[in-house]
Amino acid sequence: MFKTSTFIQKSFKHEIISTISCLCLHRKKANAAMLSNYEVFKLLTDLKEQRRDAGKSKHSVRQQNLNTIMYETLKYLSKTPCSRQSPEIIKEFLTTMKHHKLTKAEKLQLLNHRPQTAVEIQLMVEESEERLLEEQIEELIQNVADLLPGDPEQENKAAADARMDEGGEQS
Amino acid sequence: MFVLVEMVDTVRIPPSDFERQLNDAIAEELNKKLANKVVYNVGLCICLYDITKLEDSYIFPGDGASHTKVHFRFVVFHPFLEEVLVGKIKYCSQEGVHVTMGFFDDILIPPESLQQPTKFDEAEQVWVWEYETDEGAHDLYMDQGEEIRFRVADEVFVDTSPTGPAVATPDAPAQPGQSTAPPAEESGDKKEAPYTLIGTICEPGLGLLSWWNS
Repeated sequence: MFKTSTFIQKSFKHEIISTISCLCLHRKKANAAMLSNYEVFKLLTDLKEQRRDAGKSKHSVRQQNLNTIMYETLKYLSKTPCSRQSPEIIKEFLTTMKHHKLTKAEKLQLLNHRPQTAVEIQLMVEESEERLLEEQIEELIQNVADLLPGDPEQENKAAADARMDEGGEQS
Repeated sequence: MFVLVEMVDTVRIPPSDFERQLNDAIAEELNKKLANKVVYNVGLCICLYDITKLEDSYIFPGDGASHTKVHFRFVVFHPFLEEVLVGKIKYCSQEGVHVTMGFFDDILIPPESLQQPTKFDEAEQVWVWEYETDEGAHDLYMDQGEEIRFRVADEVFVDTSPTGPAVATPDAPAQPGQSTAPPAEESGDKKEAPYTLIGTICEPGLGLLSWWNS
């Protein structure tokens, strides 16, 4: 399994090795791919399951940084629309978005934020006044609302408010 | 918000971990080295995505551990410029509004990028947007803990790797009236964040979420 290298000089010391390891870290390709929030959410959730199943106690001491970043990132992402998405939903969303001719970054922002108003769409789509007509913006909002699941709490509250208004008008 | 970065590094596995599967040991070492750390000009590393290539492992004389060159991909938090993000207001100061996202804290919205006109309320230490309508001016407070939508205007990477000891200049004669405080004290006081995001909310739709929800 391990090769002992006979080409390394005898004067190699441990400190030099560790320095070389530090210098060795370099990136080959920054931005190899953009990830949607859902992909990161799924990765972290699976990793959490995996580590819980492994159940080794030494994890918690040695991996404090990983625990912290996983906990905080999951906490943040679970409150965003990505926590209610799935690969099928995303595939359908991207297929529907094709004819709107949006850039990858714009589609990613729509996916991550699930905008519900025209103002939000204008923030995420560059030069939306020139590229999209009002009906197209409405269609976009409708597509987003239909294809991407919303916050059930928020929707229940909106429905309850609507019922209250109706009740007020009737009486 | 998140990107995949391909990186190469040499991972050192100590002999006590030789019983483990190489992939698992390497994954743990990489996460230990990079998770929750900022890499200069790359971003905040979150966790390992996958290992793409493992080269041969070597043992060097004098060290019982194995060294393996690993090609891998890491999930990194690195929002692109002009991206819209949502965070919470941590606190306000003269420098602007400090926003946090839980896993990332160093987001600043400077006063010139706030909705205009805005003034700083010294007593309550909050920035207040004086929103003008036909009915009069409404004071919209940017309170702590409020959710805020902002756009990334700029990013600043600072190399915080340790530098050598401060070199004292014994030749330069001290001028009367000039203090010769050693530079080591200065560098100890200010700890700069390795990665800072500069945000802006100077657009319709940006700012506190409660401002735009009808």
